[in-house]
Amino acid sequence: MQGVLTLTRSTIGQKAIVAVTGVILFGFVIGHLTGNLILLAGPEAYNAYAAALKGNAPLLWGTRITLLTSVILHIVFTMQLAKRNASARPNAYQKPRKDLVTTYAARSMVLTGPLLAAFIAFHLAHFTVPGIGINGVFDPHNPYANLVQDFRVWYVSAIYIFANILLGLHLWHGGWSAAQSIGAQHPKYDALKMRLAAGLALFVACGNVFIPIAVQTHIIGSSEQLAESRALVAAEQAEEE
Amino acid sequence: MSETIDLKLHVWRQSGPKDKGAFADYSKHAKGISTHASFLEMLDVVNERLVAEGEAPIAFDHDCREGICGMCGAVINGVPHGHRKQTTTCQLHMREFQNNAEVYVEPFRAGSFPIIQDLVVDRSSFDTIIQAGGYVSVRTGSAPDANEIPIPKQISDRAMDAAQCIGCGACVAACPNASASLFLSAKLAHLNLLPQGQPERYRRTRQMVLAHDQAGFGGCTNHRECEAACPKGISTDFIARMNRDVLVASLTDKDGELI
Ligand code: HEM
Ligand code: FES
Repeated sequence: MQGVLTLTRSTIGQKAIVAVTGVILFGFVIGHLTGNLILLAGPEAYNAYAAALKGNAPLLWGTRITLLTSVILHIVFTMQLAKRNASARPNAYQKPRKDLVTTYAARSMVLTGPLLAAFIAFHLAHFTVPGIGINGVFDPHNPYANLVQDFRVWYVSAIYIFANILLGLHLWHGGWSAAQSIGAQHPKYDALKMRLAAGLALFVACGNVFIPIAVQTHIIGSSEQLAESRALVAAEQAEEE
Repeated sequence: MSETIDLKLHVWRQSGPKDKGAFADYSKHAKGISTHASFLEMLDVVNERLVAEGEAPIAFDHDCREGICGMCGAVINGVPHGHRKQTTTCQLHMREFQNNAEVYVEPFRAGSFPIIQDLVVDRSSFDTIIQAGGYVSVRTGSAPDANEIPIPKQISDRAMDAAQCIGCGACVAACPNASASLFLSAKLAHLNLLPQGQPERYRRTRQMVLAHDQAGFGGCTNHRECEAACPKGISTDFIARMNRDVLVASLTDKDGELI
């Protein structure tokens, strides 16, 4: 019993939980982006992909439960650790301590984290439950149109771009940090590990920033494609009736 | 041939643990300092002048003055042990400073390092961590034969790298979270790497980590400020190694405890 308690009670054990849940979330955002890039293949392919995900109940609910558990554990333990860390030096330096090697990404983790939580809540309300049409009606059967019509609004795009820059920062430090926190360290693979973490963080951030920009510049979602998506959904619904 | 410099010197003065403390300006007392003097010798000179004026000298810790004991330490212009890499305060020389440089000297600050007076802090929380580690199984009778226990060269080198830690506390002073992870991991690695340290490895790891947390130090968030400030250049790789051992100690029965 002692042993398991060490995991939830010690700073290192708690940090390991933060790292493992962080890696799960990191893995998800990679998959999430990769899937969303199907947008480039047009409305039919994208809506088919979305329908396939929604139609696969074990996958859908397995992912949802895993993500929800991860996010909760991630937030609970980071907040607990952050509180402890903030109080570990009650007598602050009077001549500020100089940072020698740490990065902006590392120093802003406790800021980018909660901002991401706020964004995730907005993002789920926007596209999942209940689904908010900011620029037109939200159609649960037409995720392609929901995305395209709303990303045409500059401030919606701006929110997504900003949030994904924050996500990039969070992962820039988080990827490497998580490996360190669970002790995945070997002199042979250190350089590779750092490059891999940075590369994946860049992929996620750039990819997610690309989508709203692509909508704004009509690389994704031309007016014809938007009309096509609506016609397809209408045809499908007519067929069902 | 000795050159001298003048400093605009500000030193933290605090009469006791309960005192609020403040920077005092000793620029008047820090004139004509030999560039061959060490930082502590500079403070000695200032102290002689203070004593001559009937003032209380600045209290600071020191012992060997050759960079091996870990007693000295102050935060100099925002950096523990000053800006020169891998150098203790006692080995930092005044030739590293420009004439008329502004120099602020402050104690190592952390909740677990209460200030005793001026630049002197109580680092007995480090002793508590070491004591929590318990014993190692070594024979204390007649000296064992040399090379009786074979140890691969790379392993003994790494253990020696970890054993370089002099326990000065600069890692804590440098850490944004006032964590002692670098100290803790170095002490753990130097025993955990060697065959002699294996029997108690996981139990020791768990106990020392819990003692670290109980002492009120923060947790590691991988800024690596400690490694940059460490006068012995101890690597944060040891922290990863420690994290791994904590996970093994927590999730398996290798420490002899049933999970
Ligand atoms: C897309 C969602 C997220 C991903 C992919 C993610 C990923 C990560 C990763 C990989 C780490 C590194 C773990 C470690 O160093 O051991 C981390 C740390 C952290 N995360 Fe997240 N995270 C996400 C959301 C959040 C949220 C919603 C919050 C807070 C409300 C948050 C707050 C933090 C904090 C405070 C840390 C610790 C920072 C530090 O140790 O300096 N994260 N995250
Ligand atoms: S006085 Fe011993 S290390 Fe500085």
